[in-house]
Amino acid sequence: MIAETGLIALWLAGALTLLQFILGAVGLRTDREAYFAAIRPVAIAQGLFVALSFLLLIWLFLRSDMSVKLVAMNSASVKPLLYKFAGTWGNHEGSMLLWVTVMGLAGAFIALFERSLKTRTLVATLAAQAFISLGFYAFLLISSNPFERMFPVPADGQGLNPLLQDPGLAFHPPTLYFGYVGLSVAFSFAVGAMITRDVGAAFAKAMRPWVLGAWIFLTLGITAGSYWAYYELGWGGWWFWDPVENASLMPWLAATALLHSVTVLATRDGLRAWTLMLAVVAFSMSMIGTFLVRSGILTSVHAFAVDPERGSFILALLALYIGGAMALFALRVGTVKEGSRFELVSREGALVANNLLLSVILALVFIGTLYPLFVEAITGDKLSVGPPYFNLATGPLALMLVAVMAAGPLLRWRRDNPRTLLNRISIPILITAASLFALALFTTGMSILSLLGMGLAAGVAIASFAPLWKRNLRRTPMHTYGMVIAHFGIAVALVGMASEASFTEEKLVAATPGDEIVVNNWKLKFEAIEPVAGPNWTALESRITAQYGDGALHPINPQNRMFAAAQTQTSEAALLTRWNGQLYVVLGDGDSEGRWQIRVWWKPFVTLIWYGGILVALGGLLAMVGRLRRGYKQRKQREFAEAML
Amino acid sequence: MKAKHQRLTLVLLAVVALVGAGVLGAYALQDQASYFYTPSDIAAKNPEAGTAIRLGGMVEEGSIQRSADGVTVEFIVQDGSAQQKVTFTGITPDLFVEGSGVVADGRLDAKGMFVAETLLAKHDENYIPRELEGIDMTAGKRKTETLVQ
Repeated sequence: MIAETGLIALWLAGALTLLQFILGAVGLRTDREAYFAAIRPVAIAQGLFVALSFLLLIWLFLRSDMSVKLVAMNSASVKPLLYKFAGTWGNHEGSMLLWVTVMGLAGAFIALFERSLKTRTLVATLAAQAFISLGFYAFLLISSNPFERMFPVPADGQGLNPLLQDPGLAFHPPTLYFGYVGLSVAFSFAVGAMITRDVGAAFAKAMRPWVLGAWIFLTLGITAGSYWAYYELGWGGWWFWDPVENASLMPWLAATALLHSVTVLATRDGLRAWTLMLAVVAFSMSMIGTFLVRSGILTSVHAFAVDPERGSFILALLALYIGGAMALFALRVGTVKEGSRFELVSREGALVANNLLLSVILALVFIGTLYPLFVEAITGDKLSVGPPYFNLATGPLALMLVAVMAAGPLLRWRRDNPRTLLNRISIPILITAASLFALALFTTGMSILSLLGMGLAAGVAIASFAPLWKRNLRRTPMHTYGMVIAHFGIAVALVGMASEASFTEEKLVAATPGDEIVVNNWKLKFEAIEPVAGPNWTALESRITAQYGDGALHPINPQNRMFAAAQTQTSEAALLTRWNGQLYVVLGDGDSEGRWQIRVWWKPFVTLIWYGGILVALGGLLAMVGRLRRGYKQRKQREFAEAML
Repeated sequence: MKAKHQRLTLVLLAVVALVGAGVLGAYALQDQASYFYTPSDIAAKNPEAGTAIRLGGMVEEGSIQRSADGVTVEFIVQDGSAQQKVTFTGITPDLFVEGSGVVADGRLDAKGMFVAETLLAKHDENYIPRELEGIDMTAGKRKTETLVQ
């Protein structure tokens, strides 16, 4: 009965979405207040029903109800509870249901809390949101029903892909989905404003929290995904320029650009058309990301659907939404009045540079990611584009972007004097020059990109705090702190990346128990190989003790796991984290002479990459909370003033 | 900057930047993209030693040889009609066994040996690397054995 209730709830939510769209569309055409009044409750009810449907699916997974096909195919009764729960979205149908659920809840949220937009713009926004959701409801209900039953009922399920059986599954997919869907909301706002010709500061202020929120979640999702791939794959890398990774990076790049341009629109009422365009691009990128990842066009642990019908369905949705949005933009961009102007050397000028660089990086990643698919469709040749292209193409631009990032916040709005900028930024420049000099002198084997990255990071780390210089720290607004922390986070991550690329030491050996492996100042003693067992796997574990110099002994025990349900094997790397880096050990195969392959990396300051990502997200959070609080206060003051009159 | 033309200037700047990115990207792709070859393709097209190649096929039965250092393997990849010798130094992926599908990134050396830098094997029962679809692998008999000894 649970499954049937879930399906009914999903159908009801779909029907309400259709109603929401019709109310909005007809309401805007006829300008009737009754329609406008009805759309809010409908949006809220839609959110509640789809959330109910998703909760019921989670319940089915927790109960291991094998009569439901999706559960039987993707779960097993002997599995830790966390993975039964997270396994709900560890498959195609469940992840799509998660997507519409987040989307429905976002619509309900707007309906409940958005008070500053003009009614017509809000109605148009909710209608646009409903229009996007409708496609996904159709997709779920027609070709990927998550609640389908199965006869005969199997004795047990087939289990979840072992690579996915990791706490990361509970965190990484939902955060990315929150990000993607947040961008869809920003897009709906842009469509709403375009339809009602209401593009201005008020619209930007309503859209900004959603852009910020989406961007925070994308940042966290990418950071988490990177760390997950780093420790789960056992390859020692943290970013592989895999199309699936790029699929999440592209929306992030677009969202980062949008985040900065929407600030120009909200504070200075400039860059109107450009901001609209970016909102369209950001949403398109999240749709393309979903298409790349979920359609089965790429093979990876992320591609669940091998069914070509599903791929075509997503492609059709993609064409409809992106094409529609571009057409609307082309039709309405002429009516968007030019915003206020600015000089080249100004905060706006720096933000335009930021936007251009981000767009170019985005274009390069986009070309590299889609080129193989394009070539294969045209000529039938199969090829792959890997790290050499992406590093070469985006690396120098990313460094330029970081340099702009150091200077931008030190500039005044509208117009500034180049000479005073030079004054303000002289100390960071000196620090960059000094660290470049020191690195060139005292290190060997750094690539030019890493060298420049490390030097720039040192200067940027200082420059990011410069906006607080000589200011009353208690009266500095929270969003300024947010910016400072986010920019500092970029510098921190950059140090981690450059250090990992330049100073990693590695050793690959075939060792017998009793052998010693030396990497950097670490001595690793291979003690023994022993079998161990977990809840749904057995493993061979190598007992290793690691010692840094003459320091304490630390156990570090990598495993090879064998999963019973899927008859597959995964290798579990062992990590030892110190303040100055990470020791990373992987166990390989044994041979007939009793030797075991062991691979050891010492990666100095590699953890800064992810700490940096967390700082960036934290900065975003501070900015969002600060902005929301300020908006709330201003509204209260206005209401108070109106009440006094 | 003349105020009237600011918007136009920005648009032109954006267009120039994006077109520039496109041209640069396309140019870089010429050098950096690595083409997918099966052993038959290598035999037919004879790619130059040193160019980045992605090789795909099945691991031939009985061809995996571990060398004395314990961390290098040599094996033969075949696609039913041609064979290619491959050497790889590193930990072989989970489920790298004789008779399974494999995709290797690397280069040919002067002697015609394929030196693999990364090795991807079949992930699970339902997974075939995309490049291997449509290639007849029946010549290599499947063997079901697990890696754990």
